[in-house]
Amino acid sequence: MRIVLATAAWLTSPAHWQGSDGVAVRVAEHLALSGTALAAAALLALPVGLWLGHTGRHAPLVINLLNVGRGLPSLAILAFALPVAFWLGLGLGFWPTVLMLVPLGVPLIVINSYVAIRSVDREVVDVAWGTGMRGWEVFREVELPLGAPIILAGVRNAAVTIVATATLGALVASGGLGRYIVDGLARQETGRLVTGALLVALLSITTEAAFDMLERVVVPPSVRAAQHPGTRRLPNVGTRGSP
Amino acid sequence: MTAGEPLVRWDWVLGHADELWQRLLEHVTLTALAVGIGFALSFALALLVRRHRSLRNPITRLAGAIYTIPSLALFALLVPVTGLTRVTAEIGLVSYTLLILIRSILDGLQSVPAEVRETAVGMGCTPGQLLWQVEIPLAIPVIAGGLRVATVTTIGLVTVTALIGQGGFGYFILQGMQRFYATPLIVGATLSVALAILADSLLVLTQRWITPWTRATGGLA
Repeated sequence: MRIVLATAAWLTSPAHWQGSDGVAVRVAEHLALSGTALAAAALLALPVGLWLGHTGRHAPLVINLLNVGRGLPSLAILAFALPVAFWLGLGLGFWPTVLMLVPLGVPLIVINSYVAIRSVDREVVDVAWGTGMRGWEVFREVELPLGAPIILAGVRNAAVTIVATATLGALVASGGLGRYIVDGLARQETGRLVTGALLVALLSITTEAAFDMLERVVVPPSVRAAQHPGTRRLPNVGTRGSP
Repeated sequence: MTAGEPLVRWDWVLGHADELWQRLLEHVTLTALAVGIGFALSFALALLVRRHRSLRNPITRLAGAIYTIPSLALFALLVPVTGLTRVTAEIGLVSYTLLILIRSILDGLQSVPAEVRETAVGMGCTPGQLLWQVEIPLAIPVIAGGLRVATVTTIGLVTVTALIGQGGFGYFILQGMQRFYATPLIVGATLSVALAILADSLLVLTQRWITPWTRATGGLA
């Protein structure tokens, strides 16, 4: 009860919604951190994953390496990212946090993109080759649209993981919702702490829901119809990163 | 982290040998407790799901929802209730193992071929014998896979509990961030990664040792 009251009191104070430490600014910072990291991760990972899936060359080696990388603790990655960012002259806060988040997203997107292209029915791909399509056309007209749901699921997993983990950036003086948690712990301010935790959890869940909606827009109806009638939702191939 | 400062000061490492040992023990204890309790809970829940199929979705959904909560947020939510204690750390750590472990136990039990099950029943196995002497041993490779993921994940999450006064090697990472000192940062991060790799390898070896029949086919995929 005391906790609920403290949180309610914190949330209803107008001062906590405005200014540089206000909720609006912290959410915007959190989205800027996550958006930058997700864009960088997707730019790096999509070409690699799709190419691996299309050619099948070197795939086992790369996928195994990425699976090892996926097990790295995010706080440890942040620990390595901090000195790297410092020596690159990128300072504290924003960039060390992005440097931590990108390697968390990359394996999830590469693995799903690879699996997506590989899981396209081989007979369909053979027919495409047989009709005289070239490699690029087979990829663009057949493999990419049919693999779209699983590719997008990979980006979704990366987005959720990145939004959740961006919280840790507060430890290296970045903005975002992690500030409320780290400052709330330091100042022993229950309202601030709980608000921060609830907002981060809410933002992660919203991110997941937003990508599910995007999937409905992006995936062609014919592809959706072709999926097994029993499976309403697509398998979480490659699964999420650790919380 | 000033210019000319070495990445790791080895005299610091030597000077902190005792503390490093203490933090190793703390890290291992936190991990072992979390995976142990998590496994017992998951096992009980998996058996419950086997008996009441309709519970499968609600239980895995709930475990999945918990897994979506960022670790720092979950620990922060627990602090006002259970304080800066080991209990807070364990509640969070155990909750995160559930999704991985329940899934792997259920998948493992399902991976037993129907013919094997029918043969066992035909030979007169009671339901209890079927479960403990046929299905569970055959499910070990899949369950062990889940245990490996849960252990490696937990070792990583333990570092985050440094924020609530626990943390094992995470303590050094946090110290390095607060003092802007590279040595504890690098040492803490390297040791927690090394611990994860070591634990994973030990689990692989143990699994091969207790399931000799998987060796001939090269083990599980």
